[in-house]
Amino acid sequence: MTTTTVASFEIKHHQYLDADGQPTQELPAFAKDMDKMRSLYRDMALLRAFDAKTYALQRTGKMGTYPASLGQEAIGIGYGDCLTAEDVVVPYYRSTGGLLKHGVTMKEILQYWGGDEGGSDYSVAKEDFPICVPIGNQIVHASGVAKAIQIRKQKRAVVTEIGEGGTSEGDFYEGVNVAGVWNLGVVFMINNNQWAISVPSEIQTACETYAQKAIAAGVEGIQVDGNDIIAVRQVAEYAFEKARNGGGPTVIESVTYRLCDHTTADDASRYDDANVKDQAWKNEPMVRLRKYLEANNAWTEADEEAMNAENAKKVEAAVEEYMAIPKPGPELMFDHLYEELPESTKPQREEAIRRAGGAK
Amino acid sequence: MAAITLIEAVTAALAHELEHDKEVILFGEDVGKNGGVFRATDGLQATYGEDRVIDTPLAESMIAGLAVGMAAQGMKPVAEMQFMGFIFPAMEHIVTQVARMRNRTRGRLTMPMVIRAPYGGGIHAPEHHSESTEALFAHIPGLKVVIPSNPSRAYGLMLAAIRDPDPVIFLEPKRVYRIVKHEVEDNGEEYPLEACFVDREGKDITLISWGAMMHETLQAAEKLAADGIDAEVIDVATVSPIDMETILESVRKTGRVCVVQEAPKSGSIGSEIAAEIAEHAVMSLLAPIGRVSGYDTVMPYYKLEKQYMPTVDRILDEAKRIMEYK
Repeated sequence: MTTTTVASFEIKHHQYLDADGQPTQELPAFAKDMDKMRSLYRDMALLRAFDAKTYALQRTGKMGTYPASLGQEAIGIGYGDCLTAEDVVVPYYRSTGGLLKHGVTMKEILQYWGGDEGGSDYSVAKEDFPICVPIGNQIVHASGVAKAIQIRKQKRAVVTEIGEGGTSEGDFYEGVNVAGVWNLGVVFMINNNQWAISVPSEIQTACETYAQKAIAAGVEGIQVDGNDIIAVRQVAEYAFEKARNGGGPTVIESVTYRLCDHTTADDASRYDDANVKDQAWKNEPMVRLRKYLEANNAWTEADEEAMNAENAKKVEAAVEEYMAIPKPGPELMFDHLYEELPESTKPQREEAIRRAGGAK
Repeated sequence: MAAITLIEAVTAALAHELEHDKEVILFGEDVGKNGGVFRATDGLQATYGEDRVIDTPLAESMIAGLAVGMAAQGMKPVAEMQFMGFIFPAMEHIVTQVARMRNRTRGRLTMPMVIRAPYGGGIHAPEHHSESTEALFAHIPGLKVVIPSNPSRAYGLMLAAIRDPDPVIFLEPKRVYRIVKHEVEDNGEEYPLEACFVDREGKDITLISWGAMMHETLQAAEKLAADGIDAEVIDVATVSPIDMETILESVRKTGRVCVVQEAPKSGSIGSEIAAEIAEHAVMSLLAPIGRVSGYDTVMPYYKLEKQYMPTVDRILDEAKRIMEYK
């Protein structure tokens, strides 16, 4: 039997820094700018400090369920550093890094996870989506946003994120597929942190990589070391420029490890192997960046201490603002349901207000 | 002014809004060159271009999700679901995103969109093409659910749906797409949403329906008139939220009421209307509320669809039972 190969593919893996912070190849220009690299390190440390504080707030009853980003800070901070104000972020629940980089405030993120939709009324980044909780919806929304941008002939990129487990959802394929067909300017970030709550990656797919899921949609798929912020930022920058300039979508799989529980409501010790996790800690993104900075005489223990004190102050200030937000009034259950509340629902609004002892 | 069918009225309204509002974008499966499987978008792509009238890949969840993204950017998407029976992949977006986005963002991102779907039985269609599941959508706060019953209403309500700042599920009774023609002036005048229409005034009994069943209901009213029973007939039109004031006013006048719907009886729009009447006008009732509806079973394949759907005779039987109640 004679056959011809009508399609084939390969997936490239990108890494610039190994786990010891040693360059594995010639570095991009931004990585040699020590001010830039220090600033990325500070952003990652701030995210980690914010997560730790939020966890503590939850444990003391001052916060709802919260998903931290421990171990995957390089992803949100890495792509977030490529955003312009005109770009649109369509986040999932573990997009804290990207949102912070786009100007959403720590106070707003606390307000949201503290049970108040008001936190999604962003004071900046006004076109960014609220955090998507149902898995995968955000992928299609990102394509819709990008379609509007394409129709209006604007040069703006759209970025969205999903976990590796989320790529098993139909919406993942549907959103990436239409972005391929219409050549939409979307950057799809797959954060492969090895776990979908308790289900390991090998139960999600028979593929060798998640990046190759892009291939079936005719979209470029790239894999990066998600613990290497230089690799994440470099590939994201390429994908964002491509998106803004009519080059179409890109799927970026960032390989990382979830070092924390899925959320505050989870206990990863029920399923995660402690030895594997210990190994993952040796591979995490902040240590290697610090080693890289130190090797370039760009970071000292004193810098570390000063940064930690500064970050603690920033987080503390945000927590104070958060704690000062008054409890939303019951009228808010109704006031943004429609532009104008239907007549038939008005008595229910009045009742809720009356029973709560008045509007706020 | 030309006499046009219900589906031509839909097309006329879509064309009017494409012409006058550059933010209006139509998309769905086969809506482009083919003009939709029922021809609701016939000729629109040729006139308004492939950026305004867009054929999508075959994926309903994606169609609804794209509408969310485009609406969040300030566009006014009008998305077609080819049949209501295929809308269910889109339900996740409709329920978790479309209906909630304004509330989720405290009004920052809104969803001024229309999701259109032909629905209902009676055209000898394949399985899954004939159900009436409007109550599923009516149960979701944040949506409006609109069902036109005739060409003029299809035109005026579609204009209102597209212009509405909130999401509208616009269900088109496909059995009556082409059975009557109305003189409809393409003047851009919308009909109010959240308003019932009193299509026949009467003093003895209130018959309430919407969509295709309005035709059987009006025929029943004429037959009742021949028997000396003066029926008032109300077209609910917007089945969520319902204009209960108009309905209650009529019930307080007649004291007798029968709801007619194609959908299954339990947990239906008819149930909601009956409950509201019981809550607010029970003392005006001279007889128990009646409901003529589809049966509480699966919508059958077409050999049995006529036995499933309410007929003029079933409406007459129930109306007479209500009239004779002492």
